[in-house]
Amino acid sequence: MSHPTLKPPRPLAALLVLAAAIGFVLSGCGFSTEDSGGGSNEPDVEGITLYSGRIPAAIGPAVDSYEAKADRDVQVRFAETADLAATLVEEGDASPADVFFAQEPGAIAAVAEAGLLTKLPQDVIDKVPARFRDPEGRWVGVTGRARVIAYNRDVVEESELPPSPFGLTDPQWQDRVGWSPASSSMQEYVTALRARYGDERTRRWLEEMVDNGAVSFPDNVTIRDAIAKGEIDVGLINHYYVAQAIAEEGPGYPVAVYFPPGGLGSLMLLTSVGVLESSDRKPEAFAFVRSLLSGKSQAFFTSSSKEYPLARGVEPDPSLNVPIDQIPVSDSSLVDLKELQGTIELMKESGAL
Amino acid sequence: MPAARRPPIWLLSVGTLVGAASVLPAAYLVVVIAGDLSAALETAFSSRALETLLRTAALTAAVVLASIALALPIGWLTVRTDLPGRRLWAVLCTLPLVIPSYVGAYLLVAALGPNGMLQDALGVDRLPSIYGFTGAWLVLTLFTFPLLLIPLRATLRRIDPQLEDAARAMGRAPLEVFRTVVLPQLWPVIAAGSLLVALFTISDFGAVSILRYQSFTAEIYVAYQSSFDRVAAAALGAVLVVAMLALLLISSRVRGAKTVHRLGPGTLRPARPYRLGRWRWPALAFCSLVVLVAFVLPVGVLIYWASKGISTGSTSLSTVAALGGNSLLIAAWAAALGAVAALVVAVLAVRYPSRTSRLVERLAHGGYALPGILVALGLVFFATRAVPPLYQTITLLVFAITIHYLPLAIGPIASSLVQLSPRIEEAARGMGRGQAEVFRTITIPLARGGVMAGAALVFLHAMKELTVTLILSPIGFKTLATDIWTQTTYGFYEASAIPALVLLAVAAVPVYLLSEQGAAPP
Repeated sequence: MSHPTLKPPRPLAALLVLAAAIGFVLSGCGFSTEDSGGGSNEPDVEGITLYSGRIPAAIGPAVDSYEAKADRDVQVRFAETADLAATLVEEGDASPADVFFAQEPGAIAAVAEAGLLTKLPQDVIDKVPARFRDPEGRWVGVTGRARVIAYNRDVVEESELPPSPFGLTDPQWQDRVGWSPASSSMQEYVTALRARYGDERTRRWLEEMVDNGAVSFPDNVTIRDAIAKGEIDVGLINHYYVAQAIAEEGPGYPVAVYFPPGGLGSLMLLTSVGVLESSDRKPEAFAFVRSLLSGKSQAFFTSSSKEYPLARGVEPDPSLNVPIDQIPVSDSSLVDLKELQGTIELMKESGAL
Repeated sequence: MPAARRPPIWLLSVGTLVGAASVLPAAYLVVVIAGDLSAALETAFSSRALETLLRTAALTAAVVLASIALALPIGWLTVRTDLPGRRLWAVLCTLPLVIPSYVGAYLLVAALGPNGMLQDALGVDRLPSIYGFTGAWLVLTLFTFPLLLIPLRATLRRIDPQLEDAARAMGRAPLEVFRTVVLPQLWPVIAAGSLLVALFTISDFGAVSILRYQSFTAEIYVAYQSSFDRVAAAALGAVLVVAMLALLLISSRVRGAKTVHRLGPGTLRPARPYRLGRWRWPALAFCSLVVLVAFVLPVGVLIYWASKGISTGSTSLSTVAALGGNSLLIAAWAAALGAVAALVVAVLAVRYPSRTSRLVERLAHGGYALPGILVALGLVFFATRAVPPLYQTITLLVFAITIHYLPLAIGPIASSLVQLSPRIEEAARGMGRGQAEVFRTITIPLARGGVMAGAALVFLHAMKELTVTLILSPIGFKTLATDIWTQTTYGFYEASAIPALVLLAVAAVPVYLLSEQGAAPP
């Protein structure tokens, strides 16, 4: 058996061992020192586990400030909010998570509906006005994101814009409007429209939007970028995406935000937080929620992400020129799941989705 | 062919274990569907599901046909002709595989989308829209056709030139020889490679979501994202599994119908390359165009973004090194585990064809047709109930990624076994060696090329894997892919370019080895 082709596949084995070794070394030296990265197998008796639908940049300093103050470690799992909600449902009682921080309001309502969230202490509930929390006290809003009309100010004058998105079905807006029917923020908006104006009016608006050549995008960011590039002129998005781009690109950024005063106005959507019923560190988890609602964390949220702070007595970032009182919360974003299902049916029937 | 023999017990047991492990995601779907059967049936048999299935089938067929149209000429040119720099072209044409479909899709939008780079360069007002079918088809074809090219080249390298010589000696034209002699020998590998391309296409979510094509995975995403309807999502997932089984059946019909290994005596003589003559210019132009669109342009955009990202100082090198280390760790383990598991399944399927071994092979494909989220949730479901201590550990993550990508390794290994005459093994047994010893000393070494190719493919896809990693990794464990996701979620494309380039660089190593598979002597 000395024929050269009959040797075992050594190069392969050697390469894999090498790759694994490099992996061990690199992940070992670079990683254990990182903030919440941590060693995977250390028991985290001191800490709590957070499932976050918000990316590190959006929550980092708020988590850090809790860790510093409470001298507790926070382990964070980052993923899409909807994926985390589905994961929590499958985990059930076995979930390692203590706290769920949701980017979209529907997800936390679904988790609450599955009986997985515990009732928050009264002092936590009282920190947030009633219209920004679950009526049963299982979750509270942390920040608010307003639904607005974004527009390219090189092409469109603010005075040309209609008082509400209902006006975007006018022929002058044909093929010029971007929206994201598959995104949860758009679906929340449509659910709110149904609650306020009924299914018939909502369906007519959706159909007229489709007939008027509304361009579908996967999410808010792509709509904003399409407006900036001149692909479309206006779009239905959340307010802070534009503020963030201006902060990054400078005042020359061509996209501006318009808070429509009519119709639903600039509907407020919530990011929200709840504590898992299965958690055996509930006191720490509640303390973490309190910390998210503290003046310091709320100030961080509004200045960094340009979202509206929802805790009582915290001022929004100066760039948010429409006061929060003038922005309605949808009656249904304190979400009824059957309603959201109905919204999807309606959007499918009208050809929007 | 001798009558089918019974496989050794140990082989059958390991194979059954692999099959059982791979079927976990599908079993999870069954559990969820059983919870509300009528709702699940309503979703699975709705006209909307049918429309989505047809849309997905159309996309899959188009991607497979286009992949064949690219891989066949490139494979032939780089193996059987005197194309200048053919080894280099082989590597370059395989490299698009390192680009994750989600990265490819957002790069395509940046380059060819409305007001993108091409439009700026041409100075025109409007380009044909790349969204929808066209864009998804383009991205999936460009970044998955190497899955077909790799085994095709390996096979072209191994087929016996004697038949061709005979046909030519009898005066047939080169094209005629290719059609009547070469092509029939390629059908099994085309079927196997197309199966991988097709399964990748139906399970992909990155490209179709960014390019707004309402395929099946996008529909599953809508079920979670919008209505948190796990029954609907599971029902749609089950439809995908059925579609996958149908594809598998078609593929195994094509593969099983042919005898591919040489029966003649003597050693395989290397084929004499065809002289291209004047045809070398169009051939070079074709290869250049493919490499330009599928590799040079995307990487160029990434380098451009990375240069902007570095100037703003967004990503530290030590962070990227740590991320790369984590990606390597996962990918190497998954590749090793995948190669072993796939070898067992492939030997069972090819050497011991029976109802049981066919079943094992089909079960082993269970995780590949499903989008990552369903694979992840399936393992969340079983791990939290059956093995809580393993939940969200490296072990479970590697296990999940391995069963997700196992078919990628089964294909090449099976192809190499099919080409290997069982008579060599029979001879060894005839000389008194035990089955395990024959397996160790004959089968594995001779199938080496296939095993390496299989391991490299699993490695490559594990490097790019995103959703399963986000859900099942130990908490705080980040990879290059999850970092790219974090950055692009909020539109920080410049910041994502550096981890993306590191991912490409690391993944290029197995791709290089894969393209060498076709060049090395058999």
